[in-house]
Parts: sequence; C-alpha cells; structure tokens
Amino acid sequence: MVVHADTRVVQRGGSKINFRRPVITQDSRFLICASGESIKVFSTSTEECIQQLQGHTDLVTGLELNPSNHLQVYSCSEDGTVRLWDFTDGILIRTYNVGSRILSIHVSAKYTGEVFLVVPWKDEQGEFGLVSLNLPPSVGQLVEAKELSCLITDVSAEPKCIAFSPSGEYIASVKDNLLFVYFFRKKKKVYRFALGTADKKGASNAFNCVACHPTDDCIATGHGDGKIRFWRNFNRKKEYTYSTVHWHHSGVNALCFTPGGTNLLSGGLESVLVQWRYAQEGEKDFLPRLGSPITEITVSPDGSLFCTSHADNKITVVQNGNKMSAVIQGLVHGEGVKTELMVDPRSKALVLNGKPGHLQFYCLQRDKQLYNLDIVQQEFIEQSNLDQFEVAAAALDSRGAWLATVEQRSPKELEMNLKLWAFDEQTQSFVLNTTIAAPHDGSISEMRFSPSGQTTLVTVSRDGHFKVWQLTPPDPAEDEEPSWSCDFVGAYHSLVPKCCCFSADGSLLAVSFQEVVTVWSPASWDLLTTLSQPPGAVQNLCFGRLSCSKFLLGSTEQNLLCCWNLLTCSLEWSTSLDVSLLLADPLSENVAAFCCAAQTTDLFVFRPSEPRPNFSQRALCPGRVTRAVFAPRAASLDSCEESSQWLNRCQLYFLTRNTDLLTFLTKTEEERLMASSRQLTIDDSVAMTPFYLLLGKHRKQQQEERDILSSQSGERTLLPQGSVAIKELLHTPAHVLPAATLLCSMFVGSLLLNVSHSREESRPAEEEVESEKEEEDSEEEMEAGPPRPESEEADLRADGPVLTKAQQRELRGAKRLDYSWIKGIMATKP
Amino acid sequence: MASFKPTRIQVYPKLGEKVTQDTLYWKNYKAPVQIKEFGAITSIDFSPLAPHTYAVTASTRVHIYGPFSQEPVKAFTRFKDTAYSGRFRSDGQLLVAGCEDSVVRLFDVSGRVAIRMFKGHTKAVHVTDFTSEGYQIMTGSDDYTCRLWDIPNSAELTSYREHTDYVRCGTTSKLNRDLFFTGSYDHTVKLFDARVDKSVMTMDHGQPVESLLLFPSEGLLVSAGGRYVKVWDLLKGGQPLVSLKNHHKTVTGLCLCSNGQRLLSASLDRHVKVYNTTNYKVVHNFDYATSILSLGLAPDDESIVVGMTNGVLSIKHKKSPEDSKGAVQQKRQPAYRVFVKGKNYVPKQDDYLVSKPVRQHLAKYDKQLKKFNVSKALDIAMEQWLRFRKSEIPMAVIKELERRGTLKNALAGRDERELCQLLSFVIWNLVDPRFTAILTTVAEMLLEIYQSTVGMSSLVDRQLLRLHELLDKESECQQELMEVLGMLDVLFASAPPRKEVTLPGDSRANGLALGDAGTHRPQLQTS
Repeated sequence: MVVHADTRVVQRGGSKINFRRPVITQDSRFLICASGESIKVFSTSTEECIQQLQGHTDLVTGLELNPSNHLQVYSCSEDGTVRLWDFTDGILIRTYNVGSRILSIHVSAKYTGEVFLVVPWKDEQGEFGLVSLNLPPSVGQLVEAKELSCLITDVSAEPKCIAFSPSGEYIASVKDNLLFVYFFRKKKKVYRFALGTADKKGASNAFNCVACHPTDDCIATGHGDGKIRFWRNFNRKKEYTYSTVHWHHSGVNALCFTPGGTNLLSGGLESVLVQWRYAQEGEKDFLPRLGSPITEITVSPDGSLFCTSHADNKITVVQNGNKMSAVIQGLVHGEGVKTELMVDPRSKALVLNGKPGHLQFYCLQRDKQLYNLDIVQQEFIEQSNLDQFEVAAAALDSRGAWLATVEQRSPKELEMNLKLWAFDEQTQSFVLNTTIAAPHDGSISEMRFSPSGQTTLVTVSRDGHFKVWQLTPPDPAEDEEPSWSCDFVGAYHSLVPKCCCFSADGSLLAVSFQEVVTVWSPASWDLLTTLSQPPGAVQNLCFGRLSCSKFLLGSTEQNLLCCWNLLTCSLEWSTSLDVSLLLADPLSENVAAFCCAAQTTDLFVFRPSEPRPNFSQRALCPGRVTRAVFAPRAASLDSCEESSQWLNRCQLYFLTRNTDLLTFLTKTEEERLMASSRQLTIDDSVAMTPFYLLLGKHRKQQQEERDILSSQSGERTLLPQGSVAIKELLHTPAHVLPAATLLCSMFVGSLLLNVSHSREESRPAEEEVESEKEEEDSEEEMEAGPPRPESEEADLRADGPVLTKAQQRELRGAKRLDYSWIKGIMATKP
Repeated sequence: MASFKPTRIQVYPKLGEKVTQDTLYWKNYKAPVQIKEFGAITSIDFSPLAPHTYAVTASTRVHIYGPFSQEPVKAFTRFKDTAYSGRFRSDGQLLVAGCEDSVVRLFDVSGRVAIRMFKGHTKAVHVTDFTSEGYQIMTGSDDYTCRLWDIPNSAELTSYREHTDYVRCGTTSKLNRDLFFTGSYDHTVKLFDARVDKSVMTMDHGQPVESLLLFPSEGLLVSAGGRYVKVWDLLKGGQPLVSLKNHHKTVTGLCLCSNGQRLLSASLDRHVKVYNTTNYKVVHNFDYATSILSLGLAPDDESIVVGMTNGVLSIKHKKSPEDSKGAVQQKRQPAYRVFVKGKNYVPKQDDYLVSKPVRQHLAKYDKQLKKFNVSKALDIAMEQWLRFRKSEIPMAVIKELERRGTLKNALAGRDERELCQLLSFVIWNLVDPRFTAILTTVAEMLLEIYQSTVGMSSLVDRQLLRLHELLDKESECQQELMEVLGMLDVLFASAPPRKEVTLPGDSRANGLALGDAGTHRPQLQTS
C-alpha cells in the first residue's frame, strides 16, 4: 500500500450546529454554538459567521458564558479539556486539562470559580456523574485541573437534563422517571422524586428535559408524552406538589424560562414554539411552522431574543417572541441522501436532499446553505409514522438551466411526480415548468440529462422501461411556455433496467438491463449494440472522457469491473473489484471507483486506458460510499506530484454512511488554506481606522510601484500628484490624520527617487522587528533605528500569557505576511 | 415561521379540443336567433350594400331580412311554385330568383311585382345570378342548359347545352362580365365565356356538384359536391389543388369570410366547418340541429345565417366588443374600486414607507386544514363540489387528508345526509381513472366505518346499491377491455417485425446474441 502523505481526507463543513444549546451573548448581538471540533460565533442580525474558535481536537460538547466575565466563554470537549475563550477576538485564553471525556458543562453565577461537568463515572458504560471542577487560579496557558468532586452520580449525558437554580441553591437533574434535586446548603443532600411509569399510546412519561424558574422555587420538567409538570415545595421531601399542563402531542424536547420568569418556552416534534404564561398556564402563545422539530431553546439574557435549534441543523432567532428574524442553516443531514450529489454549474453549490421535500443548495467554499428549493410544495406535517413525499432523485443539466426532480411516496401504491424546473434569470432560482404525474409505473432508479445541446432527459425505471423526455417548443400561435413531453419509450426483452449514462458528447446512451448493457443512439433512438459480461447484473455505468471516450466502464454485482471498447464492441479489460460507485471526472480522463472491501471503502482513481491506477487509498472510511461528486475548482491547482495531480482540476467530495461530507485536501492546498486563515484573523484584529485605510492603500501603491520598477529598472517613480497616498492626505480632515512626523517622511519619500531594494532584502529580519514596534507607537518608530534582538520576546511577554512554540511561530509568520507595508515606508525614508 | 402552504389543486390535462385563436373568434357569437320559414331554405344571399339585408329563399317565397330583424322586412310571394336562388345585384337594387315553374323573375327590391319574367327554360331553374356589369342574368336549369339573358329587353342571349345533368349551382365572375361558372349533377364544373358559344374550361369534381365559390382574386375556385370540397387553381387551367373530406354527408353550402382567410362549408351532416385557406385545415366546427341546405355570412363576419331542411333559419350575431366588456365591467366596477382603494397611491419622495406584511389569502378549506379541522375541511370541499360539480377541489383535499393520515377521522362521524353526499361523490367519480386510486380507499373506509349502520337508512342503502351496481358494470367493462387488448396483442404479434439491427463490427465477443428491441417498441398504454 502506498502512503500518500500529500493528500489527506478531511471533513468539509457540514458539521452540526444544533448539537448543543447555543449561547447568546450578554448584548444579544452574537450567538455562539458548537460546531464539530470548533466553536462558531454568528451574528444574530446578519446570520454571518463572524468568528471560528479552533483548538479542540475532538467534538465540542458544551458551551457556557463565563459568569464573571461575559465576554468569555467556556467550552468543553470530548478531548478532555475545558477551554476559556475570548470570543470577540477569537483568542484562546486558557486550557484546563481534565483528563477524561466531558459530555457537558454547566456554570452557576454563584460559584464563579467552579464549572460543573458531566463526565463518565466509575468506568461504567452509560453511567455519568455531575462533578464540580475548581478552576485553579493560574496565569498559565495550559492548566492541569484534576480536582473533581462528585455532586450527583447517575445523571443523563444530555445537558438539558440538568438545570441549575439561578440563586445557586440547588441543581435539578432528571433521568428516566426520576427527578433529583441536589441542595448545596443542606449538607449536599439529594432529594429523589419518582414518577410512576405509565405508557400511554406508546409514549412514556419519562423526563426529557428540565428548567428552573429564575426567581420562584419551581422546576419545570418536560416529558416524553408531551406533558409539562411544574414541581413546587421540593425542598421538603414529603410535601412536594406538582401540576401538569399538556399541549404537545409528542415529547417535549426543550424547556426554557424567560429571564423574568413570566413565560416558559417549550418545543418538540411539532416544530411549534409554545409560550406558556407562568402561573396561568391556560394562556399560551404559539409560533407555528418553524420548519422542523425543536431540539433546544435559548433565551437571550435580556429576554428579547429566543433561539431555537432544530433537528435539521438549523438555528432560528426569534425576536420579541413573535417574529423570526434570522435563520442560521447548516448542511441538512436528512434521513439519508436519496438523490445523487450534484454540483450546480451556476452557483457551484452542492445540491442534495435537504429538509423533507426540499433540495438544498449548499456552498462548499463558505460552508453555508445558499437556499432551499421546495420541491414537493406541500405543507409538511411533522408526525411520526406518516408517509411523506420525498425527493427520490434529481438531475441538473450541464448548463444548470434545467433541474429534474422525482418525488415519491408509497403508502400502498406508488405515487410519483416528475418535475422539471427551469432556471429563471430574473429571480435567480428554479421555477417549476412541467409536472408529470406518474411518469413510470415503478420507481425511477436513475435519471440523466443529455450533455449535448438539446434538452433531453432519460429516466430509467424499475417497471422495465426507460423513457426519454424532451422539451417541446410551444405552438407559435399560442403564447405558452415550452413544456416537456415523452419522446421515446425503450425496453429490452422485458428486463429491468438499472442505470444509464450518456457519453460526454451526448451521442451515445448506455442503459444497463441486468447483465446486458444496451447502447442507443439518441439521434434516432435505435439500439446500436449490446455489451455483456455475465454473470451479475450491471450496477454502475460510466463513459470515459476526452481521450478515453471510446471506453465504457461498468461494474457488476459479481464484483467485476469491466471496461469495454466501443470501437470494437469488445471487452478491453476487467478486474475483480466490488465497486459501489463509479464516477468520471468531468474535466479529465480520470475515473474514480469506490470499492467496498471488508466493511471499509477503498478509492482508486485511474484512467481507463492505463492499467495502473493514478491514486489509490485503502480504508478511506467505514461502510459503503454510494454518493460522491467531482466539484470543478474555480482555479486549477498546479501540483506536480503524480499522486495528487488528479485533484488539480476537480475536487472529490463524498458522503459516508453517516452522511458526513468528506473531501481530499492536497498539501499545497492545505498550506494555502492555513496561510489565508492566518491572514484573515490578523486582518480582522486590526481596526478599520482611517489610518489603517490610508496606510493600507499606500502599501498597495508602493507594491505596484515596486513591481514596475523591478521590471523596468532605472525608471522614475510616479509624480507625487499621482500618488494615492498624497491625494488621501490632502482630502482627509486634519484631525483624523496621523502624526505629522510620520506623514512628513512619507510625503518626502514619495517625492524622492526610489532607491534600489537589494539593501532591504538583505535585512528583512530587522524590519520585522521594527514594524512590530511601530504598530504600537508610531512616534517611537521614528527613532527606532538599530535592530533589537530581544524585542520580539519582550513584545510577546507584554502581550500577556506565554505563548506556546507553535503560536509563536504562527505569530512570526503573520508578521512576515502582513506588515510588509512598513517596509515600504522604511524604504522610502531618507 | 414559514407560511402555510396551500393545498395544491391538481390540474388535469383538459380533454377535447384545444383553445386556439380561431375557437375564441368563432365562439364570440351570441346565442342563435331562430326563425321558422315555410319550407326548406335553399338559398341565402347578402346584399352587397349596407345595411346588408339578406334574401332568404324558402318554399314559394323570397324573404328579405334586415341585419337585426326578427321578421322579414320584405317578402316576394308572387311565385307559382317553389322559388330558388334569390340573388341581389351588386348595387343591391334588383333581385333575381328562379322557380320550379321554369320562369326566372326579376324584382325591384323596393317593389312587389316582378318587373321582368324570363321564360325559355323548360324545367325548374335552380341557379340565377347577375353578371358583373349587372345588365345580364345567368341561369342554370334542370333541363341541362344554362342561359344568359339580357335584362332591358328580357331576351335570351345565349344558351349552353353542354351539361348532361341538372345544373344546380353557379357563380359569375366579379371581375369579368363575360365569365361564369356552372356546376352540375354530371360531376363537372364548367367555365363559360359569353363571347364564345361553348365552355372554355371543364373540371371534373367526381361527385354531383352542389355549390360553387369563387375566391375574390378569382384565381381559385371551390366546388362542393358529395362529401368533398375541392379547390381548383384556375390560373393553371383548372388543376385540382386540394380535396377536403371533412364532412360525412353531402356538402351543400360554401362561404368565404374574414377577407378570404377562412372558408366555411355547410353540410347535410348538420355541421358547419371552418377551414384555414392557407393550409386547408379545419380550425373550428359549428353544430346545428338539422341538416343544413344553405349558408350565408354577413360582411365582416357580423352574423352567420344558416338555413336548414326543416325551414328553420338560424342567425348568429357577433358579440359587439362593448357588449362583451360592458357586462363584465358593470358588474365589477364598484367592487374593483373598493379593492383598489388607496392602493394605487404612489408614494411621494418625502413619504416614509411602512411596510406591511402581505397577508396570505387562503381558500376556505385551507383555513380549516391549517387549523387541523379535517372534517370541516372536507365539508367545505364537498360544498364546492355540490355547487360547481368540479371534482378537482374535493379530490385534492381528500388526497391531502390521506397524506396527513387523517382521512378516516374526516370521514367518520357523518350523519345520513352527509354520508349520502359523500357516497354520491364517490359514485360520481369512482370510475374516472384519474381518481380511482384514491376513491377506492375512500369507499373502503366508508364501508368499514359505516358497515354497522347498513339497513338503518333507506337513503344510504340506495346509494350503496348504486355503488354496487357501478362496480359490477365497471368490472364487466374492464373485462371486455382486457379481451380487446388480447386481440390487439395477437395482431401486434403477427405483424412483421421491424428490420433486424445490423452491426458493422463483430460483436460475438460479448457473448450474447443480439436482441431485437424493435418488437418491443409499440408501447400499449393500458389503463
């Protein structure tokens, strides 16, 4: 096995943002949520991701604001650390190493020096304990914190099953049919309230979630049967009371009191946010049709914003209790992706199943959902055991002008609609053009547009036919839109077709009928030839591209990968492989074959004309890979290493069994990505002052000048009136200009002839140091002449905590990148 | 909070003819006015002058009607026997008519008594017409002759004895005073020139010719006879151009309209067909109660006049544009003003706009569905059906309920009247193939829910019996269809297969004989 160090499989976006309850900051401007191994800060008004806090090495499992400083946030992760972040600047302040997996984190305003963690207890499977962790006061970056004291054993791992009373008197925890109340004062006593199990209509009354009233001694609990109970008098073991209200028809998933305690918010499968009036539970307000089941509810500290997390990887921000103001939508992980992965040629977005009955257009570059296209156009009723319409197949034509979708549901007999959508330039979205009810008697197994100019769609169905649909121009006398109609119905010996494939130029159509591959001419719909390699039905078909377009590849059920030569109509080669997916790169000759072997998937990338694969990777991921796509790159890479050349023009994305979207990252790309991310953070940290703008522009100008100079040496610099910096100088109000000492030197510098740069290049290290100083104080910079070797260390120390080696390196890299403009100023200084 | 998505009403493809510009044009006529004449109406002729009165020849009379009159404005009754072919002169002052008694009479339109009588034919005269300068009359008779008469001295000018059977139709050229056409039961159409004493052109129609029509350009001649309408190119010496066979009985009348862009033909099969004169395709069709003998069209298609064998004259007037619009406007005007109130206000520059959320308008059943009131939603949908007899809305609601899994709840708990309504809806639509799938489910559910109440209400029992009968009939019908299908299969199987697919290369290597996909190509759609 060849190890390819220069390519790496990475998860690309699409991580869950609804995994844990998001946190709203004190000023309600930001929303912090855990997203896979990182933490994302979103703006509550613009929905944009502002900050991404990276550092955890495993799934982030909890987030809480630091009760003593509301600009800091605690996070815990499965990697066994608790980290404290400054989320506005994206700085990791401190790392507490706990040592064991952490499942959730809680804080209490009363115990500021402590955090409460849920960790596995007694090494037993499924046994968790709530422990308190005293955060050791330390100035260090990395702190070992292992003093855990157990409060409650046997708690649920879900963070919503534990609630702290705002006064810090007690902790409520629920598990199964038990409610525990732990009192801090009463000698750490735990009261236990049990609820008799009662299964009504299949729904148990087990506890789902718990919330504490902010002022009263009242605990609200949500139950699996849709009831909400209010517990009172629980500080006396015998005399506790509870009252019950019931609106939800299925389990209550989330409960939250508003900060004033006047309202209780609850949500569940119905995707309705219910607002109960506290103490008069008969009155309630509803916010219906939020899209998908509610999993978490958060309220901002001032009570103006509600935040609901939904099962479809979405966070909704609700303003004033009645208006949806923002929706933060990640990649929707459906029940399983039924459509093939596609890339929209227009928006370069990945197209796949989204919410039930929708197609989502997901931007791969920005890890953001662009939009949802409602395919089914029916009111979605959130209810279990209901047979819903699902988008079963979709296809985009090569220009992105047409989209074909198949929706189906099969309660008793199959109901199916084939819909064709035309791209509308004006609205920049797809508009329904034709609906064909029951296009086939059986379900459609594959659907493809012809890549040639004419708009032709082929659907292959299990009813034994394949049908060709064509766009028919309207009658010129009538002002109707063109619509689609059936052009040809094909069958072969009443065998059941499985898949179809057009050749790259659209001149051939291959349809597999069990063991036989039939090749048809789309011009006349004549059967040209048949190819076969029994035994085993053909599962995948794929034409070669470009120089390999004479080859047709097919894989059979009997673990055979065959390659036919279409010129001789004979088998060119075959090999024994259990191929689960064959995919041709649209921009090169390469073909990717995902092979299943011993519960894992291997990937081979090869050219049909060559016997050796270009690239192979064993044990890509567990399970079969059945969905993948080549996404063309905006700019092709120029990697010269042989094993990663196949990734130069396209990027390969694939979906694993757990619907994780993975991709290959080459080394060069990775480096570029790291560099850009660093650049980005530094750029963000510099405030956009007029000074910055001025100098930034000046730097650009200088660089351009330098470029010109380097090409034509000896030429004069541009005249001062041409300089943007000078213009800027003359037009900016005096009171916002930087110190005259600096400006003077610049001004003079721009008048002077440019000196040769060989001198500066010889001593870049010195200037770096100087530039570092200059950022803090431009006045001082003027005197700063000789290099100071120790100044770097001094600066770092002044920054605060000691940085790790890696961070120092990072910082140095950033300096080299960003402060080159100072170089320009220095160069022109007399 | 997404808005409620309303129930989608499935649009089913409309069966029957497509709506074209022509159908819209020809549908734009008022309900016909029917006037009873004394006998079969054999001829209708419009006066070329405004106000375009028209002469209707029926029995022993020629009646002249005004453009909008229900009663004849004038009647010429001095015929001894059945009158034929009342025709106006091009100035609209004179009218000529033939008669069964072989005398041709010429009338002044304002007078009453014939001002000239042309005697000479020995048998009934069925064809009369003025020549283009207006001083001569052409006649054709059952004595196989056609003659030219001079009006001033009522003398016979020429007689042509070339036809070998009754001459039953004819027309004169409007551009040349000497040319006229006659059509005869001897299957020929002849062109005569008054300057020579014999026919100059003969066209064989192949059937007894009943009617002739000359295009305004006089380059084309249309003849009708038997079931055929034929168009002849006169400039090419009478070459047949097209032969139309769209009627299934003898074509009796021809007419041009819309400046010669459309051709109308009337037939004994009770239809009037409209042809496009560029491609000679039928673009519209009128149905009448009985066989049509004559057809006339006012200039600018203002009215279509049709005379029938039972003596009924049917007049269709075109709807005037004010008529068709005015009625609608009168009804809508106040409502429109209410709707538009304040909405057409254009904001001025300084105005501060307060945006208001657009309220979603939902149909009544959707409002109930939104509130999960399934029974009420079904009630409202059924109301729609009772009022408009359109099954699409209740079907869409039923489908939606079925999708939500609450169809049974909606169907249950009905009283006798409502149950009868539901059952009659099922009976009405069950055999419609578009609805069968879902309605069988509904019927099964209804039977399951209400089986305990069978026998308690005579109304419900009657409906159930009707349902039973319907199902019996339908299954019989299906069986017959299957038999037909079997027969067709035999026919297809015995038909010669398509050509064998031949391949240039040798394809033995792939180990499978070539399949003949051709025989599988005819796809029988069974339903």
